[in-house]
Amino acid sequence: MSIIFAKSVAGRRGVRPPNSDVPAAAGLPPDYLRQTEPALCELSELDTVRHFTELSRRNFGLDSGFYPLGSCTMKYNPKILEKVAALPGFANLHPLLPQLRQGGMLAQGALRVLHDLEQWLAELTGMAGYTLQPLAGAHGELTGMMIVAAYHRDRGNRKAEVLIPDEAHGTNPSSAAIAGYTTLPVATDPKTGMLDLQELKAKIGPNTAAVMLTNPNTLGIFNTHIREVAEIAHRHDAQVYYDGANFNAVMGRFRPGDAGVDVMHLNLHKTFATPHGSGGPGAGPVGVAAHLVDFLPISRVVKRQDNTFILDYDYPKSIGYIAPFYGNFAVCLKACAYIMLLGADGLREVSEQAVLNANYLMQRLKDSYDLPFDRTCMHEFVLSAKRQEKQHGIRALDIAKGLIDRGFHPPTVYFPLIVPEALMIEPTETESKETLDRFVAAMRELAETAAADPESLRQAPKSTPVGRPDEVRAAREMDVCHPA
Amino acid sequence: MSFIANTPEQIREMLQVCGVTAVDELFRDIPDDLKVAGMNLPQGRSEQEIHAFFEDVARRNYSGLTNFLGGGFYDHYVPAAVDALAGRSEFYTAYTPYQPELSQGTLQAIYEYQTQICRLTGLEVANASLYDGGTALYEACQMAIAASRKRHRIVMDSGVNPVYRKMLISYTANLSIDFAEAPVAHGQSDRQALFELLDDNTAAVILQNPNFFGAVDNHRDIVEHCHRRGTLVVQSVYPIALAMLKSPGEIGVDIATGEGQSLGMPLSFGGPYLGFMACRRELARRLPGRIAGRTRDQHGREAFVLTLQAREQHIRRQKATSNICTNQALCALRAHIYLSLLGRRGLGEVARLCRDKAEYAKQRLAAIPGVEVKTSSPTFNEFTIKLPISAEEFASRMVERGIAPGFPLGHYYTELENYLLVAATEKRTKYEIGIFAENTEAVLCR
Amino acid sequence: MLPTDRKYTKSHEWIKIEADGTATIGITDYAQGELGDITFVELPEVGERKPAGEVCAEVESVKAASDIYAPVSGLVAAVNEDLDGSPELVNQSPFEQGWLLRLSEVDASAADQLLDAAAYEATLREAE
Repeated sequence: MSIIFAKSVAGRRGVRPPNSDVPAAAGLPPDYLRQTEPALCELSELDTVRHFTELSRRNFGLDSGFYPLGSCTMKYNPKILEKVAALPGFANLHPLLPQLRQGGMLAQGALRVLHDLEQWLAELTGMAGYTLQPLAGAHGELTGMMIVAAYHRDRGNRKAEVLIPDEAHGTNPSSAAIAGYTTLPVATDPKTGMLDLQELKAKIGPNTAAVMLTNPNTLGIFNTHIREVAEIAHRHDAQVYYDGANFNAVMGRFRPGDAGVDVMHLNLHKTFATPHGSGGPGAGPVGVAAHLVDFLPISRVVKRQDNTFILDYDYPKSIGYIAPFYGNFAVCLKACAYIMLLGADGLREVSEQAVLNANYLMQRLKDSYDLPFDRTCMHEFVLSAKRQEKQHGIRALDIAKGLIDRGFHPPTVYFPLIVPEALMIEPTETESKETLDRFVAAMRELAETAAADPESLRQAPKSTPVGRPDEVRAAREMDVCHPA
Repeated sequence: MSFIANTPEQIREMLQVCGVTAVDELFRDIPDDLKVAGMNLPQGRSEQEIHAFFEDVARRNYSGLTNFLGGGFYDHYVPAAVDALAGRSEFYTAYTPYQPELSQGTLQAIYEYQTQICRLTGLEVANASLYDGGTALYEACQMAIAASRKRHRIVMDSGVNPVYRKMLISYTANLSIDFAEAPVAHGQSDRQALFELLDDNTAAVILQNPNFFGAVDNHRDIVEHCHRRGTLVVQSVYPIALAMLKSPGEIGVDIATGEGQSLGMPLSFGGPYLGFMACRRELARRLPGRIAGRTRDQHGREAFVLTLQAREQHIRRQKATSNICTNQALCALRAHIYLSLLGRRGLGEVARLCRDKAEYAKQRLAAIPGVEVKTSSPTFNEFTIKLPISAEEFASRMVERGIAPGFPLGHYYTELENYLLVAATEKRTKYEIGIFAENTEAVLCR
Repeated sequence: MLPTDRKYTKSHEWIKIEADGTATIGITDYAQGELGDITFVELPEVGERKPAGEVCAEVESVKAASDIYAPVSGLVAAVNEDLDGSPELVNQSPFEQGWLLRLSEVDASAADQLLDAAAYEATLREAE
């Protein structure tokens, strides 16, 4: 379809602002004015509506079909959450209002939402305190590692290294590095799929500032030794960072705080059903154990004895401001509403169904594909297309593209890095058995097609508006802006 | 309320396939002593109850005040089509466009958004967006330091939004970056003070236009001076004002960033917002975050992909210069829809309305005894006044009268206790401005 | 066949001592094959000093970014500016037109310690 700028017609108008009801101001001196108007489009409102409607048809959302993208928790996003976030009392609230004198009283509803959500996340995870400011999961990781750094600085510790399992998401090492640390990988035990404790013991030392852990990890395996990992870390005054990206597996079943975790983040856009928005906005709240509460970012929401809420800035050890205000408020609001919709029992049921759906899929697919870690999984599992690659030259990517032609969004491919030809599958709790069965049928048929007609898979997808794009050409030519 | 589809009968069948009799067995890897007994959380409720509950909670917010509060976050009108189009679930329920064949809508929208940002800023390359204006400014500092290869000092104009300056200091607490801040000048940037702070280790100077006090500037001379010293210039800009003011590209700025909330995002008590970022082509490979590029598929058809991914954390891991994973795609989409709906002339009209209303408010307030307009240089839609009483005190009394009169600067600048930052947008009417002026007079002359 | 007029490293760089005493550095055919289509090469500035074993360049493909290490220490005397517009030269001609940079003030005897063509080839066979 053509680009929006090609649809522009000189002189055409879209939305018109009102006529002015005040006298026109004297113009600014020419030295301050831009010489040429920005070359924006000139379209009617209908032109614009049709353009974006057409774009939307060239997209696949969770509402369009099954989206088993591993590690992303593509669960249903209840429509009521959107309706709540759009209430004018929230949508029109200026973030600077609470900074007026006694301004907290002007935003009691919003502060209550923030306060309650912090309390509930703390209860779910066993942490002592939360900040809702981090604007995404990776932002949460960075905030958490900044808290770790502030803690060590406060104790006079000079520590330079962070240990991270080799299966970890790439944001873990990059967040640690941006918080000022060098990182060291720790191998995964090929038999258990868990962090190799012996190697952890060998690598940890007085220079270790933190150990970062995802649990269940990116292989979908729960690390049974998490308490031992924490004990080893604490012996060296290292902090344990828990990446809560996979928390959907364990709600009501496991609380990181109980196992000795010091700092963690959650992804509201994964576990708490706020929509992913094609890549954002999300939210990555950070929870900390009691000894780290003083380091949380400011401001913090405090409930007073008379049940009113205020923002408190008086935390001298705080790492300071990491976002302009109180986080992605509308995202936090949706997560708050989600928790209230489901309640304690509903959230526990979420994890039960997420884990059951994943184990069911794993059992039904493990004959058609290699399963490097054949054991009970949590909310996701990792298959390998190594067999298809060796025997027929069909790679995980070809399986993914074949799934597109069969009406499914593909799983995450080539991650975690330690599994060759990885297909990482996370069905989530909101999918029905019928959907899972259709997916099983498609995956099995693809395994057969890989043997019988591999060429057809190399040409996939054929049902989409475009086929596989030439990524090398994109990177070399760097056409990233439509020429005027 | 539950969103689980499987019936008890189906659950039994599935457990059987898994070779277990109860779902508890699937959680056997969690050690017994770590199992959770119960949670102190509310009981679930119906959708109807939840809606009623939050309607009530929302009513406890003073969202209906007549708003002259800005400070970088403005009460602009959002056309209905923005919500209608960005509310299509093909956009808002999709993940990051990892599978380009299923995400051409998002990818083309990002490419078009990047083009809109390039055209607004007058620069050559833009990314797919960042979290907000403050984190964008931090990323720009990191980018400038990486581009300079060896320099570690950043010089900041104190006209940059104080919230952003505080954020930069938090982010760099553990890094070897040295910050210097030029003294406050409520008008335009203090050239002499800025230039004295430059040294051979300065990677970038950070400016804002209009600055936090509302002053409009032409930073060309600063850019030229910095470039002679091998220092890059980062400028934080207000996108609505770009329809009228000198663009970063026109004056030679290297990296432009800004808060895109004004382009179709509701205020929503602080987010989600939109950080935009653009730069000169030479710096493109250091740009953080996602970037969409145009290419072709194997049949020669035009196609869009995420490109230059080798810069990103999932490939570079600990060597990445930014840990940014995604963008604020839905917010970028809203900005793109907003700019498309308003178009070339519409955005210019919004900008003129903002300025005309602010100038009118300035005149009305200046006529009140005891009120002094402090911004000596030209302003766009925001200006500083000095009051005969504490601005905080004044604001409290105005709120009682249903008006959020502006932002008391004493909150960030202790020496400016009586100063108030007043903003107007196209939404403020002559009548509202009149009421504002009359109430100001009543409060001050009581 | 690997050129025998130069030395190799285990991390797949090659180094050739020229008649004027400078050393030309590039990556091997094996390395470019592993990286796939190269989309960008970041080169150091002329005049920078590079100790042996330090990153002296970076090669990017669509899905990878690889550091290139200086096999010996020296002063960057020249970089291959053709790679700016044509990074594919590294794929097409890794040993000739696709060279990356040239170092001066190198200790030629340090290069002697590196692998010769046969020894490098043996490490490749081992890796398989």
